[in-house]
Amino acid sequence: MKTATQNACKLCTPLGACLAFKGVEGCIPLLHGSQGCATYMRRYTISHYREPIDIASTSFTEDTAIFGGGRNLTTAINNLISQYNPQAIGIASTCLTETIGEDMNLLLSEFRKQHGENPLPTLFNVSTPSYRGTHADGYWAAIGAILSSLAKQEFPRNLGVITPGLVSPEDLRQLKKVFKVYDYPLLLMGDYSETLDGGVWESYKKISPGGVPVEQISQAGDASFCIDFTTLTQNGGTKYLGDNLNKQRFTIPMPIGVQLSDRFHRLMRKLTGKEIPEEFVVMRNRLLDAYTDAHKYTFGKKAVVYGEAELVLSMAVFLEEIGIVPVLCATGSDTKLLKAEIEQNLKHPEKVQVEVDLDFDDLTSLVHKGDADFLIGNSKGYKLSKALDIPLIRIGFPIHDRFGAARVKHIDYEGSLTLFDRVVNTLIEIKQNTSEIGYTYI
Amino acid sequence: MDYIAARQGQILVKGKDNFNISCEKKSEAGSVSQRACVFCGSRVVLYPVADALHLVHGPIGCAVYTWDIRGALSSGPELHRNSFSTDLREKQVIYGGEKKLYESLIELIDRHEPKAAFVYSTCIIGIIGDDVNAVCKKVSQEKGIPVLPVHSEGFKGTKKDGYKAACEALFSLIGHGNIDNVSPVSINILGEFNLAGEAWMIQEYYKRMGVEVVAVMTGDGRVERIARSHGAVLNVVQCSGSMTYLAELMKEKYGIPYIRVSYFGIEDMAEALYDVAEHFSDYPEIRQKTEELVADELSELLPQLTAFRNDLEGKKAAIYVGGAFKAFSLIKALKHLGMTVVIAGSQTGNKKDYEMLQDLCEPGTIIVDDSNPLELSKFVKETGADLFIGGVKERPIAMKMGLGFVDHNHERKIALAGFKGMYNFAVEVHASVMSPIWNLRKEVL
Ligand code: SF4
Repeated sequence: MKTATQNACKLCTPLGACLAFKGVEGCIPLLHGSQGCATYMRRYTISHYREPIDIASTSFTEDTAIFGGGRNLTTAINNLISQYNPQAIGIASTCLTETIGEDMNLLLSEFRKQHGENPLPTLFNVSTPSYRGTHADGYWAAIGAILSSLAKQEFPRNLGVITPGLVSPEDLRQLKKVFKVYDYPLLLMGDYSETLDGGVWESYKKISPGGVPVEQISQAGDASFCIDFTTLTQNGGTKYLGDNLNKQRFTIPMPIGVQLSDRFHRLMRKLTGKEIPEEFVVMRNRLLDAYTDAHKYTFGKKAVVYGEAELVLSMAVFLEEIGIVPVLCATGSDTKLLKAEIEQNLKHPEKVQVEVDLDFDDLTSLVHKGDADFLIGNSKGYKLSKALDIPLIRIGFPIHDRFGAARVKHIDYEGSLTLFDRVVNTLIEIKQNTSEIGYTYI
Repeated sequence: MDYIAARQGQILVKGKDNFNISCEKKSEAGSVSQRACVFCGSRVVLYPVADALHLVHGPIGCAVYTWDIRGALSSGPELHRNSFSTDLREKQVIYGGEKKLYESLIELIDRHEPKAAFVYSTCIIGIIGDDVNAVCKKVSQEKGIPVLPVHSEGFKGTKKDGYKAACEALFSLIGHGNIDNVSPVSINILGEFNLAGEAWMIQEYYKRMGVEVVAVMTGDGRVERIARSHGAVLNVVQCSGSMTYLAELMKEKYGIPYIRVSYFGIEDMAEALYDVAEHFSDYPEIRQKTEELVADELSELLPQLTAFRNDLEGKKAAIYVGGAFKAFSLIKALKHLGMTVVIAGSQTGNKKDYEMLQDLCEPGTIIVDDSNPLELSKFVKETGADLFIGGVKERPIAMKMGLGFVDHNHERKIALAGFKGMYNFAVEVHASVMSPIWNLRKEVL
C-alpha cells in the first residue's frame, strides 16, 4: 500500500470555493486562515486564467490560532468593504480554521449583530476543510452554500438554474447561448465567464466585472427546474433547491459529445416545453458529419483520461462514441461513484480501467509505452506525455503550459466539435510525424 | 478608500513625505497582500536542493501549489521537481498524522534514496499535536540520513520566519563533510537559487577569477556540498532577505565572515566580483583576473545595450518585488536602459532597505511596503508607468492596465543575473515596452 501522495492529481477544497465565488457579481473571496493559502491559490488560478484574481485572507497569526479568528474575520470584512466596496463576500474556511474548530456561522452572526443597522455586503460562507475532498468538492459545496443562504421563494416563474461544474469561461458562454436560443431565462451558478476571461480595462477595476448579481441568485427559489452537471457529487450544487424548496432537480453528466449533449437537450425540451431549436439540430448534424469524416483516424485508438471526476466521465463517453477506447479513466478524487457511472454510461466499460484517489505517480506506473496513443487531461500530465512520447491534449484545469485555457471548449455540440477537431488533428499529426514520407496530403 | 488606514505609514512619496516608513508589520487581514506565508519562505529557500526529499506534511494544498513551480535548475538529480505530501485526511486530523508521516518517509526514502529529507510542517500540524521532531529523529536513525524538520506552519509568523526555519535546517547539514581539500581561496554563495542556470554562470565567473565555490545555497544544491560548506573562507550572500541569517549562524560557529552582494545589473554584478577579490587581496592575481573578466564582459555587453537604450530612453518603470535588495539592483539596471523608476516597493524590506531605496530614487518616486493590487494599480495610473517589474501575482495588474510586464521572480525561466543576464533583461524589457499592443489598445472603434 502506498502512503504518501506524489504529484497530486487534485487541489485543495478552498480553491474550488474561490472559483465558485468568482461567479457572483461584485464578490470577493475571503479565505479564513493563513495568508499563504490565498496567495498560493491566487498564483495558481492566475496562471491558468491570466486575469487578476484577488482572494483575501484573514491572515491568521499565532494569537489568532489560539484565541480564535473572530477579530481577524471582522477586520478582514471591514477592510474589504472599505477597500473594495464589494456587493458580496464569499468566505471559505481552510484546513487551519476547520481544525481549530472555528464556528463561522456564529462568528458571522456576531459580526452582523455588532455591525448594527448599516447595510452590509451579502455574506455567505462555506466549510471547506482541505483534508476532506478536492477542489471540485469545494466548488460544489460553495455553490450549495450560496444557494442555501440566498435562495428565497417568492413567485414561481420560468427559470432554469444550472450548476455546470468547473468548466471553462468559454463553456459558460456556450451555456448562456443555449438558453438564449431556447428563449428561456437562466440562472447560471458559478458564472465566471466574464470575471475570469474579460477584456482590457480603461482603469483598474477593484473587482472584475461579470458574474450573477446577488438579487438574481436570490430568485433561485422561484426556479422551474434545476440541473447540476454532475452525477458524482452527493452534496452541494442545487441540492438545497431540490431537497428544501422542492424544485424539480436533475443531475446529468457534463454534456460532452453527441450522446450526453442529446441528453441535455432532451431534458431542455422536456423542461422548457419547447422543441429543440433548429440551430442545435444543425450543429449536432455537423458534429455527426465530422465524426463520420474522421472515423478512420479515431477508430481503435486508445486514450488515458484524467482530471476532475465529472470531466473524466463525460470525456470517456465522448471518446468511446468516436471509436477511441478510454483505456484508463483516473481522478484524484476519492469517489466510489466514478466506476459505477462509467459502467452505466459506457457501452464497453470492461475495456476501461477506472482509478480514483490517484496521483501522477500512480498514473505513471499504470501507463506504459504502447498502452495509449495520447493523454487527455490538464497540464500536469505533461511529464508523463513526454516520458511516453505521446501527445497530451490539454483540457480542464489547470492549463499552465499553454495559452487560452479560458477558451478551451468542452461542452455541448459546438464545444464538442472543436474538441473533436483537436483530437483528430492530434492523431493526424502523429501519423504525419511518424511517417518517413512526409505526407503533405493525409 | 483610499488606503486601508492601518497601511498609511507603509506608503511614502520621496521628497513629499517625512521619510520614516513603517514596515516589518504583519499583513493586515483582508488586505489581499501579495505576500505568502512561513511555509512559502521555507519552501523557496530549500526547494533547489535537488538530491533531498522534500516532504510537505499536511493536507494536499500546500504541496500541490508548490509542485515544480520554480525555474531552479539541477545539473543532476531532479527530486526537487516533485511534490511529496502526506496528504492528510480527516482520519489523521482526528487521530494524529505521525504514523502517516513515518510511513511516508520510510516509503519515499526507500524508493528515492535521497541524501537527506526535509519535512515541512504546514498549518495544522502543531494543532493536531504531531511530534514531527521525534518522527524525523527516528527515521533518521533508521535510514542513516539527515531527516530535518522544518517548522513552517503558515500562521506562525511571516515569510521571513520561513526563511529562518530553512536556514536552521541547512545549518544542521553543515559541518558534516570533509573539508581537507578546500582551497584557501574559496567561497560559498548564499541565496542564489540557480533560476535558469544563473548559479552556473556566477560560479563560472568566480572560477575565472581563481576562486573556488564550495557550495551554492541552494541553487543546484547537493546535500554533500552543503555539508562541507563550513570549509569556505567567505560567505557571499546574494538574496540577503532569505540567507543573512544562515550567514550569521556560520559566522558565529565557524568564524566565516560574509558580504552582501547582488548579481543583477552591471555595477552590482561587477561589485560582487570585486568585493570577493578584495577579500582575497593577499592574492593580487585575483584582482587582476577580475578586472580582465569585467572588462571582457562589458566590452561585449555595453555596445549591445545601446540599441535598447535608444528605444527605451525616458520610459518609466514600476518595481514591486519580494526583497528590497533586488529592487536596488533593478533601479540601477534600468538606468542603463535610460529608464526611471517611479514606483519602488517590496514585500519584506526593512527600515534600512527603505532608506537605501529612497537614496537611489528620484524625487516623486512612490515607495511602498507590503502593497496590494489596488494600491499598485492606482500608483501605476498616477505615475503613468510604461513597465511593471514583479512576480506572477502582479502580472495581471500590468496586463489589464495596459503596460509591459517583466517577471523577476522565482518562476522565471530566463537568466537575469550576471552580465549575460543584464542583456537578457534588456531584451525582456524592450520586448515588453515596445510591443505594438499598447498603442493599438488606444485606438477607438
Ligand atoms: S492545504 Fe490548508 S494550509 Fe495548505 S493551501 Fe490548502 S487550505 Fe491552505
